[in-house]
Amino acid sequence: MIAKMIFRRLLVSVVILFAASMLVFVATLLLPGDPAQAILGQQATPARLDALREQMSLNDPVWQRYLNWIGGLFVGDLGYSAATGGPVSELLGERIQASLVLMGLASLVSIPVGIIVGTFSALRRGRPLDHVATGFSLVLAALPEFVVGIALITLLSTSVLKIFPSVTMAPPGEAVWAYPIQLVLPTLTLALVVTPYIVRMMRATMLEVLDSGFVEMARLKGVPERDVILKHAVPHALAPVAQVIAIQLAWMAGGVVVIEFLFRYPGIGSALVDAVTNRDVQVVQALSILIAAAYIVVNLLADLVGILTNPKLRTEAVR
Amino acid sequence: MSIAEAPLETVGKVKRPPRLFARMMRQRQAQLGLALTVLVLAVALLGPLLLPWITGFTSTEFTGRPFKPVGMFGTDNLGRDVLSRFLDGGLRLIVYAALATLLGMAAGVAVGMTAAYSAGRLDGLIMRGNDVLLALPQLVFALLAITVLGPKGWVLVVVIGITHAPRIARVTRSATASVITEDYIRASEMYAVPKWKILVTEVLPNITGPLMVELGLRMTYSIGFVASLSFLGLGMQPPTADWGLMINENRIALVVQPWGVILPVLAIAVLTVGTNLLTDSLARASANLNAGNQP
Repeated sequence: MIAKMIFRRLLVSVVILFAASMLVFVATLLLPGDPAQAILGQQATPARLDALREQMSLNDPVWQRYLNWIGGLFVGDLGYSAATGGPVSELLGERIQASLVLMGLASLVSIPVGIIVGTFSALRRGRPLDHVATGFSLVLAALPEFVVGIALITLLSTSVLKIFPSVTMAPPGEAVWAYPIQLVLPTLTLALVVTPYIVRMMRATMLEVLDSGFVEMARLKGVPERDVILKHAVPHALAPVAQVIAIQLAWMAGGVVVIEFLFRYPGIGSALVDAVTNRDVQVVQALSILIAAAYIVVNLLADLVGILTNPKLRTEAVR
Repeated sequence: MSIAEAPLETVGKVKRPPRLFARMMRQRQAQLGLALTVLVLAVALLGPLLLPWITGFTSTEFTGRPFKPVGMFGTDNLGRDVLSRFLDGGLRLIVYAALATLLGMAAGVAVGMTAAYSAGRLDGLIMRGNDVLLALPQLVFALLAITVLGPKGWVLVVVIGITHAPRIARVTRSATASVITEDYIRASEMYAVPKWKILVTEVLPNITGPLMVELGLRMTYSIGFVASLSFLGLGMQPPTADWGLMINENRIALVVQPWGVILPVLAIAVLTVGTNLLTDSLARASANLNAGNQP
């Protein structure tokens, strides 16, 4: 039964990914202009244009180009960049790594902080600490990413304290994590944007769990308060929070764009903004579908966690 | 927008919305939120009217050398008066965000109610289509559209509206689903009231709570999106005065002349925090009144 549901959920994800890829591909077909001309410039001879069109298979029918593009995605062939003329995959390889590092670090910070703050906030319900935590998360949840980033830059980099560099400047060819101090502000910004949602969800579920019968029962039995919270309450609250965390991780795939641009961080986000500015279609296409795939996979994982951990969901998850 | 007029049409249910707002405004948080929102709205709406009088310059006029502390808040990257640009830069952002939100609400509510009320195959089809749109993060979707259509005002409004719609449709669908099983809907059906009329006169007034919360949430996000896109250089185009664009233009001189960045950042921060406080209070007020649950 569960296996069948998981299979159906997988199938749905594959279909959605397929449809999203069509959406991305069709959108870029609408673009006026000739990609070959864009790469070679106005001076190109007709013979060279023809050769490049042949090489990029622009003369094929649309469905064949779509299949080629999709097939290429699976083997890492993402087409040619109009801005640099080189293969897209070469351009993006290191940047994907850099973005993954940033997102990984941010989740390492935000997940434990979110869970701990949310738990304490629920335990001290209605007291000053709770008010401070809920107030902060309400404010932070409202602010756009770049506002948080600029606030951090003015506080910690340029105007008030001058501790951390406000831009990432690794020499080309060297990895971003060779300069850990440059990672501090981008990581902190991303973490601050994501954490409030985790805090709010953790607080809400903890309050519910703390009011429930089994916690009261454990207390009445004389179980020490620490054990009541750590062994009974927190594990129960974690399952719904896991889903929120997964959704936040998926959100990061899109949310890093602004933060990377702000800190000039050499990841996929700033690559995407550059590509849109230059109207570099192949790169935009590749990055959109890449980010969509990451988004779909993480959402799928979240649903699977939900199906596997929550017995109630086992019968309701398939709509 | 039919949400605003719907309660007026149905005489029997006029009582409910005022009660919701009264409950909301009783919270101190909502009063603070309203004050912050009105403050920024006042700057954005009155700013352009005051312009040549108060500062002596228009928002695109060159007044001196770049990044110099002349005038109240100095000059920007091209030597224009920062205060003039600040006063002129909010209205467009807020209008675009509002239009995008309304477009998203109209589309999302229509789709969501149709899906919930028709049920069965059409419902499944609509919600799967929704899932496809939801697979692309909103910002990435917007960037894709801007690559194809260029950074124009209507593109921003339409693309942000469209990306809001599936998210609003989800909420509307679940809120509608909890209402359509009620007896008064059955009664209307027995009188052979047309389906669209049942949706507008019976269902819509009963899901205003969750929809208003959704409206506030989407408005907060829309402001963030429009500002973010302008900040990326892909929204409003120079020489337009706009808060997001100002931040992009002046951030290189954050150390020398911080006002060109700090003023717009503060305005956007205060506005989004204000709308979010209002939305949160509204959610609390409507939690006990309506069945539809908020994420």
